[in-house]
Amino acid sequence: MSKTLFDKVWDAHVVRKIEGGPDVLFIDRHLIHEVTSPVAFLGLKNRGIDVLYPERTFATADHNTPTINQHLPVADPLSANQLKALEENANTYGIRHWGLGHLKNGIVHVIGPENGITQPGATIVCGDSHTSTHGAFGAIAFGIGTSEVEMVLASQCIMQPKPKRMRINVTGSLGKGVTPKDVALFIISQLTTSGATGYFVEYAGEVFENMSMEGRMTVCNLSIEMGARGGMIAPDETTFDYIKGREFTPKGEAWDKAMTYWQTLKTDADAVFDKEFTFDGARIEPMITYGTNPGMGMGISHHIPNASEVEGGVATYEKSLGYMGFHEGEPMLGKKVDYVFVGSCTNGRIEDFRAFTSLIKGKRKADDVTVWLVPGSHIVEEQIKKEGLLDILTEAGFTLRQPGCSACLAMNDDKIPAGKYAVSTSNRNFEGRQGPGARTMLASPLVAAAAAVTGVVTDPRTLI
Amino acid sequence: MAYDKFTILKSTAVPLPIENVDTDQIIPARFLKATERKGFGDNLFRDWRYNADNSPKADFVLNNPVYSGKILVGGKNFGSGSSREHAAWAVYDYGFRCVVSSFFADIFKNNCLNIGVLPVQVSPAFLEKIFAAIFADPKTELEVNLPEQTVTLLSTGEQEKFDISPYKKDNLSNGFDDIDYLQNIKGDIEEFASTLPF
Repeated sequence: MSKTLFDKVWDAHVVRKIEGGPDVLFIDRHLIHEVTSPVAFLGLKNRGIDVLYPERTFATADHNTPTINQHLPVADPLSANQLKALEENANTYGIRHWGLGHLKNGIVHVIGPENGITQPGATIVCGDSHTSTHGAFGAIAFGIGTSEVEMVLASQCIMQPKPKRMRINVTGSLGKGVTPKDVALFIISQLTTSGATGYFVEYAGEVFENMSMEGRMTVCNLSIEMGARGGMIAPDETTFDYIKGREFTPKGEAWDKAMTYWQTLKTDADAVFDKEFTFDGARIEPMITYGTNPGMGMGISHHIPNASEVEGGVATYEKSLGYMGFHEGEPMLGKKVDYVFVGSCTNGRIEDFRAFTSLIKGKRKADDVTVWLVPGSHIVEEQIKKEGLLDILTEAGFTLRQPGCSACLAMNDDKIPAGKYAVSTSNRNFEGRQGPGARTMLASPLVAAAAAVTGVVTDPRTLI
Repeated sequence: MAYDKFTILKSTAVPLPIENVDTDQIIPARFLKATERKGFGDNLFRDWRYNADNSPKADFVLNNPVYSGKILVGGKNFGSGSSREHAAWAVYDYGFRCVVSSFFADIFKNNCLNIGVLPVQVSPAFLEKIFAAIFADPKTELEVNLPEQTVTLLSTGEQEKFDISPYKKDNLSNGFDDIDYLQNIKGDIEEFASTLPF
């Protein structure tokens, strides 16, 4: 029978099917961080069971970590306690741990691919919804709850009903200044924040075929924002070139053997999807969100829709615009920006900093905008320095912070103050996501750069 | 973690007719710093429930003594966003055992099922009826019957069936969890792992 890419990878990992219930799915790689793992370890202790395959789990500290003065002790006692718990748990069970200060430390979804932990055809989970990022390599990757983190530690399996299959094709090519982030925000705006719930998405078409690995990661990362458990892209030469030679990728004969398998990982020509969408890449312009969920996005030159034009209840829509301090029919261009955040598992990789730097080069940071540039990992941070991007940023009045999740979810001190407007390259514009009362506009690194040098929402195409 | 068995729940309900209630609203990230599972109910809907100075917001439903009960009724696409199980813990710890909505986000629904909170999906029309009945009379009771898979508006007798996988139903009815199951098939898992290329 013809199979989709998703079917091939899923079916290869089913240990057992439960009649009238979920599949028992084997997990190749498990990533953990300080926030969603402590209670899972506590559960193991209470049950008196061990970690079954500690070598399949990788730990990093990211959600809670400060992005300045990382050499100093963490000041917040609760954050420090979580970081200590992660380290102790990793040591107790023999789990590889890249804690604060480690050369390989960084955001969990940045360090996985960076070090070759993420591979085609693998099943990858983490107690974080943006685990979907790893699907860019043709892996099945999705976020799980803490009970499931405990399950994976105990048994290397989770119990999941198999999701339905969706394919999203984006054809043609992208216009000037249009980035993978814009493609994702455009798709989410079309499907809404719940349009893919219950599905696992495969992204296909020329736009994704021609996209870099980092761009593909940005797109897959945002799959959860339309409700999908995950998104994936068939591995190709771009994928293989990216992963070859990284620390945890197979070497020598093992590489050749893996390649033979990986090359079979594509959807069969006559395979059937439960749902399919096709969009024209040329229709997409730089995007920005105006509301309080990632589905509330629009082309940057458009006007904020009227309640009657959007799906869902009027009361919810009005509550959302009220929170943002915006009104129906207004343009977004020209709106005041107080903060710019570049970083997160969505847009905290080297290409994102290259894009940001390419736009600000030779310009100056706008005086009344606070800009936080937060690399996704130490490796990204080093690369920013090595390529000379830091010099260009410094020249233009910007500073670089240290790696971590930072203002994406504002668990550390990087909080946008109440009522202030932030253009953010992160993934969620929920109420209070970036700090209590913070107002978030999601956008690409180019739109962030345009706001950083002008102090208002600006179409980056006018500056490049 | 073991939880109470779920069979039949008869209770008044708390209405929250907002769509796309995300897990950052259910429990904001800054309250995820515990290393134990306790006290999360205090911060359920923190920023909708309290002002910046920690005084309660009078217009939020959890601060309105008229509404109470073990059932939370939410708008469409309840629990979207982050995978934080803390959101389900907060719902449970506050005292809710069941969430009713016309649509649930996937991970939140799964997390609820794993910790003993029953997510009940009803039709949009029935959800509207439930909201209307509670607003008309906050003493309106709902009966959620897991063995029969029904939810009934007791004031009118109107009823709908809801879906749940037989496996999860069995778990909730008996207070079992997945780790109990997985520990029992460890041999199979180890055998499977030995055949994998990775």
